[in-house]
Amino acid sequence: MNRNTLRATALAAMLATSSLTGHATTVGFMAPLSGPQALVGQDQYDGFMLAVEQLGGKLGGQATTILKEDDQLKPEVGQQIVRKLIDKDKVDAIVGLSFSNVLMGSLPRLAESGVVAIATNAGPSPIAGASCKANVFSTAWQNDGAAEAMGKFAQDRGIKRVYLMAPNYQAGKDMLAGFKRFYKGEVVDETYTQVNQPDYSAEIAQLQAAKPDAVFVFYPGGMGINFVKQMSQAGLSGKLPLYSVFTVDGTTLPSLGDTAAGAIGAAMYDASLDTPENRKFVAAFEAKYKRTPSLYAAAAYDAANVLDLGLRKAGGDPKKLAAGVKAAGSEFKSVRGPFQFGKNNMPVQNYYAFETVRAGGKVVTKQIGTPLSAHADSYAALCKLP
Amino acid sequence: MSASLLFVQLLNGLQYGVLLFLLAAGLTLVFGIMSFVNLAHGSLYMVGAYAAALAYAASGSFALAVLAAMGAALAVGLLLEVAIVSRLYRRDHLDHVLATFGLVMLFNELVRLVWGPQPLFVQVPEVLAGTVQLFGFNYPSYRFAIIAVGLLVAIGSYWLINKTRVGMLIRAGAQNPQLVGALGVNIGLLNAMLFGVGAMLAGLAGAMAGPLLSVQSGMGEPVLITTLVVIVIGGIGSVNGALYAALIVGVVDTLGRVLLPLLMRQVAERSVADAAGPALASMLVYLLMALVLALRPQGLFPARRG
Amino acid sequence: MSSRLTSTVVLPVLLLVAFAAVPFVATALEQPFWISFFARILIYAIAASALNLALGYGGLVSFGHALFMGLGSYAVALPAFHGIANGWVHLGLCVGACGLVAWGVGAISLRTSGMAFIMITLAFAQMGYFALVSLKQYGGDDGLPVAATSSFGGFDLGSTLPLYATALVVLALLTWWMAKLRVAPFGMALRGARQNARRINAIGLEARRLQLVAFVISGATCGVSGLLLANLNAFASPSSLAWTVSGELIVMVVLGGIGTVAGPIVGALVFLGLEEVLKGWTEHWMVIFGPLIVLMALVGRRGIVGLIAQRPKAGRPATPVVASEGGV
Repeated sequence: MNRNTLRATALAAMLATSSLTGHATTVGFMAPLSGPQALVGQDQYDGFMLAVEQLGGKLGGQATTILKEDDQLKPEVGQQIVRKLIDKDKVDAIVGLSFSNVLMGSLPRLAESGVVAIATNAGPSPIAGASCKANVFSTAWQNDGAAEAMGKFAQDRGIKRVYLMAPNYQAGKDMLAGFKRFYKGEVVDETYTQVNQPDYSAEIAQLQAAKPDAVFVFYPGGMGINFVKQMSQAGLSGKLPLYSVFTVDGTTLPSLGDTAAGAIGAAMYDASLDTPENRKFVAAFEAKYKRTPSLYAAAAYDAANVLDLGLRKAGGDPKKLAAGVKAAGSEFKSVRGPFQFGKNNMPVQNYYAFETVRAGGKVVTKQIGTPLSAHADSYAALCKLP
Repeated sequence: MSASLLFVQLLNGLQYGVLLFLLAAGLTLVFGIMSFVNLAHGSLYMVGAYAAALAYAASGSFALAVLAAMGAALAVGLLLEVAIVSRLYRRDHLDHVLATFGLVMLFNELVRLVWGPQPLFVQVPEVLAGTVQLFGFNYPSYRFAIIAVGLLVAIGSYWLINKTRVGMLIRAGAQNPQLVGALGVNIGLLNAMLFGVGAMLAGLAGAMAGPLLSVQSGMGEPVLITTLVVIVIGGIGSVNGALYAALIVGVVDTLGRVLLPLLMRQVAERSVADAAGPALASMLVYLLMALVLALRPQGLFPARRG
Repeated sequence: MSSRLTSTVVLPVLLLVAFAAVPFVATALEQPFWISFFARILIYAIAASALNLALGYGGLVSFGHALFMGLGSYAVALPAFHGIANGWVHLGLCVGACGLVAWGVGAISLRTSGMAFIMITLAFAQMGYFALVSLKQYGGDDGLPVAATSSFGGFDLGSTLPLYATALVVLALLTWWMAKLRVAPFGMALRGARQNARRINAIGLEARRLQLVAFVISGATCGVSGLLLANLNAFASPSSLAWTVSGELIVMVVLGGIGTVAGPIVGALVFLGLEEVLKGWTEHWMVIFGPLIVLMALVGRRGIVGLIAQRPKAGRPATPVVASEGGV
């Protein structure tokens, strides 16, 4: 064909494809990038960006701009950011959404706008239950899940008397409630400490006096580092079995070092999980960031992949994105093993038990069981979504 | 609660009080003599903790780490004094609050910028890593060490304040700063020295606290607020007051945290007690301060004023 | 036109008119985000103005005013949790609770002065924070979503535009009142008490009583800003009682011009605007913001409005600097 026809065809082709692709995709990523939980936020961002990079900088096949926002773990700041992302930046989706309190603070605006939101670090019981929203998902967990798994594990191991400890806020209370839901032995005592309390010497002395068979704690971030170190200094490491959730994990292990040896934790993910997707993920993460990914990084990595698949299914139609993401949940390959979204958009997944052991001069985690498989949360029945 | 447990908790309270004293001693002098509200004292504590963590990781010697912490805090403190603080002595407290508030923001962000948000891991030195058997309890040797250091500093500061010429100038300055200046003493140098010593003590506290608590951006503020409470209770300007008040606050806080929830369970239903107990315990120290201020505004052990 | 008139009348009026124009401009540009952004600025301007009464006029360095903002927010969230959406109930509870707490806090705190006063107001805010965190059934540390926003007989503050309008009207009224108060007997006596309490006592006016009244009004008004904030965010959280919030309010008042009428408005606008701009440049914006605040403290406390009012005109001597806080 002659040159003019060639040009015309090329132009027509370009026009045709551009009307399919439409505008560039924008995704807002919000996490606590400063303050005591900044490690968690950083891990999540890194996990998310690794996935985006592996997808060639594209989500749903489109070149994507990621807007990185720091909510400083403050619900008010999180609200403003969510408003900005929805009203000013007109994002296609929001990922991250920090901790439960920040997520709950932003929920009204998210629900009102219908923008797809994927939480990568929370699954508060209201959102799993009566306040479930069709456009709000979690690729992390429902908050009680890991604690329930730990409770079941302790029960299965035949531990008779357990001492419980957590910080005095909603998540702390939920964790201990989740543990007790599956653990049927004797609860020696339940102690709630101040949020971000640095010194546990008084509580550890009480703990020693009570002489339980094991202690179960929930101390995320800096609190966990303090607690475990102080337990070790009191000579309890190795003598009193430590069961925990979100306390000894990928982000705190480098700081804890040897003091964490012997600790047992439950989570939906650990870098030591032996699945093909995970081996590739861990290798890529370690190569790029020179550290081992934590469960927070994994949740964010999975969120990127789920969103990518969801966007492809929606084919550029924002109204179809929520349904697309939901369907994608069952189809994409998560690094943690089997995964799907439940009726309430909370994960239905395995929860594993991990032990921290000394190996070759370092401490590593290894999987020692799967207390709960394909576990759905206990709030799904309250959710009115179809 | 058994007697031996109570004793152990008393020790815990003592240790916490000693750590507070290290911070309060320097701060109360700055407050009392220069009448300067220094909210950045917590940042100096953080500087000490970071310096100790880095020096310890580099050299493996805890003693060196402590010295590095004190040196670093001294250097930063003197820099602040010369550049900013000395210009603000004549202004009123509002300016002090503003300037040091800005400094706190700056230090926290700077630390995060340079060393990242990951807390630094400081090991307890080998020689102090064991425990001591006390009435059937294992009490960490390291905490004993903290108590020892604190008591040494208390004795040292007593000697300095009461038995030396410099101490005499400090006491005089606490009672009547203008007159001391009028007597020909280089008040500028004295102020700088005082600020520096306060900073050094804060650095020492940071170094000692490192192995116990996570060393991270923003670690200074919670401790700072309790330190301020100690100073107000003890009496602004009085180092003796700071010591007694620090010990009182340490013991009250620690015992409150363990006894109040137990007490509440006697009088209220379990779930209410579990919620209210820790909250009341956190408020206890502030209630104590409010009580002291309401009844004896100058503090429990004020520096004697002429 | 004298610079006194400029700073007391013209500047506030100009600002309020500009704020009134924002919703129209934002809607025209199809950027509704800015309405809620400026609504937040209005709310903080109200809080800063309330603080200005205690701090600027009264000379009381309160490091705990975040307590009142927080209580105001919960005065909406708590009744809403129990199904009460009546705005009048929210308002009554807000003003009543904040006034009462301010009376208690003020009565104890005013027994001290100087540093101790700063500390004790800080301590009370901390106590409030811990008290609210301990209320598990009301969300505790996670905060409490506002189930039903304040409704004044059909006029609901839950939507952004009515909230903006209300905040603007409240700010306008408050500013007008502060301007009038400045030269009214009570205001003059209060400012006198700040400069030299002994003299005020000597002429038969009780300085402490004046300060307490000012503190109570300041607290109650600050609570109203909290009420508006809870409606804007549909959320109440203990983190709004953090001592850093009290510090930021003080910075806003001083930055704008302590003791002036337009100062708090300018301060809130510049503080929050600057924060937004800096955040756009770098995530480490506090490295720039912190030193700016230090610089502001070093350079002088007249603030932006003070600088405007100080512009020397030909043949007119500069007005004297505001005296430091006085005596007993």
